[in-house]
Formats: sequence, C-alpha cells, structure tokens
Amino acid sequence: MDNVYLVSVVKFVMYVAIVLISVILIGWLERRISAFMQNRTGPNRVGPFGLLQILIDVVKLLLKEDIVPKSANKRIHDLAPIISIAVALSTFAVVPFGNTIEMFGSEVKLMIADVNVGILYMLSITSLGVYGLTLAGWASNNKYSLLGGLRSSAQMISYELSMGLSIIGVLMVSGTLRLDQIVLHQTSYLGGWLPAWNIFLQPVAFITFAVAAFAETNRLPFDLPEAEPELVAGYHTEYTGLKFGLFMLAEYSNVITASAVIVTLFLGGWHLPYAEYLGLSPFGLSILQILTFCVKVALVILFFIVVRWTIPRFRYDQLMNLGWKVMLPVAIANVLVTGLVLLVI
Amino acid sequence: MGSNGKIIRKKDLNIWQKAYLTEIFKGLRLTISQIFKPKFTYLYPEVRFKPQPSFRGRPVLVHENGTERCVACGLCSRVCPALAIEVQASETELEKERYPIKFEINMVRCIFCGFCEEVCPEEAIIMSNEYELVFTSQEEAIFGKERLLKSTEEMKDRLEFLRAHR
Repeated sequence: MDNVYLVSVVKFVMYVAIVLISVILIGWLERRISAFMQNRTGPNRVGPFGLLQILIDVVKLLLKEDIVPKSANKRIHDLAPIISIAVALSTFAVVPFGNTIEMFGSEVKLMIADVNVGILYMLSITSLGVYGLTLAGWASNNKYSLLGGLRSSAQMISYELSMGLSIIGVLMVSGTLRLDQIVLHQTSYLGGWLPAWNIFLQPVAFITFAVAAFAETNRLPFDLPEAEPELVAGYHTEYTGLKFGLFMLAEYSNVITASAVIVTLFLGGWHLPYAEYLGLSPFGLSILQILTFCVKVALVILFFIVVRWTIPRFRYDQLMNLGWKVMLPVAIANVLVTGLVLLVI
Repeated sequence: MGSNGKIIRKKDLNIWQKAYLTEIFKGLRLTISQIFKPKFTYLYPEVRFKPQPSFRGRPVLVHENGTERCVACGLCSRVCPALAIEVQASETELEKERYPIKFEINMVRCIFCGFCEEVCPEEAIIMSNEYELVFTSQEEAIFGKERLLKSTEEMKDRLEFLRAHR
C-alpha cells in the first residue's frame, strides 16, 4: 500500500521537473525558431546556443518589483496567476506517457493519476483555466486587461464546444474514457500495415480538435486575450515580476499539455509503429515508447511554434464566425458520420 | 493582391482557398523554408560590419609622411553646424606656411554630417569608416591631433571615392 503512494510521489516529482525544464527548452526553441524564420539568429550568448537564456530571464523576473495597481483587487490579483499555473500543470496528470511497465516487482502505470474518466477530467480542468485569465483581467482594474479577460472567456466558450464534440468521435471509435485504453486501442494495425491511430480514423476530428486546442491555449492565430496591437498585453498588462512569469509558465505548460493530449488522442500516444517486432526486452521497449511519446510531443510543439509565425491573428468577429459557423457544424457532422459508419459496420 | 498584381476578391477564391487548410499549409511551407535561409544578422563582437568607402564615420585628419595636409584655414570649424571643431593656427617653415597647432573635434557634439569634409580645400579632413565610438567621460570624447591623424595609405579607399564622386 505504501509502495503505491511512493510511486505516485516519485512520478509527480519527476513530472513537475520535466515540465519545468521543457518549458525552459520551449521558450528557448520558440525564440530561436521565430528568429530563424525572420532571418535573425535569436538568443545565442548565454550558454551553448543560448540555451540558458530563459534561466537568466527567470532570474531577472525574480529580481523585479512586484507592482500591484492601487485600485486593483489585491487578493484576486495575486490569486489569478496561481489559478492559471495550477490548472495548466494539473491537466497533464491523466496523460499516459508510456505503456504499463514492470519495475521493482510491481506493475507501474506510466501516468500520474489513473482516472477512469480521464478525458472528462481533462476537459473540465482545461476549462477552469479561463478563470485565471478572466480574474486577472478583472482584478487589474484596467480596461485593456478587462477586455482581454472578456475575450478569453468568450473564446473559451466558443471553442470548448467544438473541442468536446470532436473528442466524441474518438470516444465512439475507441469506446472508453480512459486515456490509456484509448492509446492501447490505437496500437493495432488497419489492413495489417497502417497504424490505427485516430488521425487516420478521425481526420476531421483531428483538425477541429487541433484548431480548438490552439484557441484554448491562446496561441497566435487565436491569441485575442493578449493581442498586443489592440490591448497592450491583454489580461497580464498589470502584472510584473514573478506573477507575470507565472502567466508565461502557464502558457507554455498549456502548450505542452495540449500537444500531449493531441498525441494521446490522435497520434497513437506512446505507440511506435512496428516496434513490437524489433525483439526488444519489455523494459527496453517501454523506454523506447517513452522516448517516442516525447519525440511526438516535441514535434507537435514545433508545429505550434511554426503556426504562430505563419498565420496572422483572427479578427474578433472572424474568430466567432469560425467557432460557431464552421467548427461546430463540422464537429457535429463528424459525430453523425462516425455514428452512421459504426452502425453500418 | 495576387502574384500578378491583381486584387483578389473573396468571391473569386476557389473552394480550396476558401477552406483555409491548403492555404495554411502553403504558408507553413514558406515559413519553414525561411528557417534554413542564411541570416542577415552580424554576430557583432566576432564579425564586424565593414562599411563601404561612401560611409560617413568619424572625421579624421590626413597626413602625408607625418605632415598633416591641414593649413588651419578654419573653414571646417566655421561650417560645423554642431560647433564641434576647434582649430588654432601657427606658422611653419614648410611650403604651406601654416599648420594647426591645436586641432580638436568634440565627438560628443559631432553629428557626422560631413560638411567639414565638403568644405576643406586641401582634402585634409575626411570622413573615415570607423563607427565604434565609446567614451566614459566628456574629456575622453575630445579627440586631439594625435587621435585624429591618419596616413594617406590608411584612408586610400575614402580618398579614391571622393576623387571619383565629388
């Protein structure tokens, strides 16, 4: 019994360390790649290839004064970044990053919390994330912050729907709400050679889910809550120092989580096609699968970054049009078609 | 605007262009291809920008075998809009009869307009290609003759440029 708790604690500590380190890496990667796309070099002075730049930035943020506006609601102003970061970090808990592994004489599931309604947990927690932004916008007592907060809540409501509906297609195919079962369902092969990843079974759901994920993480084509040219910095206009850093951390953790969820639901999770025929020991195979998961997540994160520097920001009415008039009907049609096909088969 | 300069209206788009996705992938291909293109940025302290002869850097005095060309006429000091140049003349046994005993340019005041170079009848004060000017005090920013003098060989590029284009 004690062993179970110990394993959970170890997994949790490892997970937090890994996420925080990868946030630093992603921050560096984003700045480097955006620089490369604009024919610049980007941060390259601190450490090898500028890898320690973000670490230095964190130290800088630590040393900055924590300014709270006079007319702000101080308690909520403090609370908002905490909500943001807590929500961003806790979503990852249900994502399986490897198959069940035999270790120290016991079976260890490579996910932090084995929840039997994993997807519902994930959906509900990500929708809590909007409270961080909205409260930050409201508590700052600044018109730009307030507009940013309002936009983020409106955007979240519009895209949560199509996100949920696109997941329904996946649920109908795999027949379970457990994320590890959904991944296991994707490890078979279609027609003997094509991996049965949900991206091949549910391409439309994949596109709608990916677009909604961009909107949920407030990444560039949909970053209206912090649209710089219109709203100064949106919801975090009045934040300085480490509280601002927490919002940044939350944004990048959200990107990691969104990528991990996309990989789990649509890209086969930790499944490396044909790896089971390599003849590796079970432990070696598990390590390979964890690496596969990491590489897949990294590639999706790269996609997030590339999209940020490719597609310009949507106008507010275009955002709403896309959410309600395009994404929602497409997601519903996908559910209907999937249901019909499943009935016929 | 299309590639041929014609304005494309929304009603003229075909079904693929209206569906966003193909156009997004076109854009992604463009941005990804930019990643591998050469960079414009100089890695400054290691790689330095070498200006063309037409560049107007800090003004210098030209000397031939140790004697400055300057005859201390004071025209540069007169034309300087920022009042950065101070010249004091004195007599010499040489053919030119006059030389500057004191020639100072205050580099904090200098605006690199190049009027001194234009007005100089002896081609004695010209603009160099040096642009790294850092001072820690006001006194250090006042360049005397010892820091202003450059030989004709050093300033060859600029002198040739002036002869060709002035």
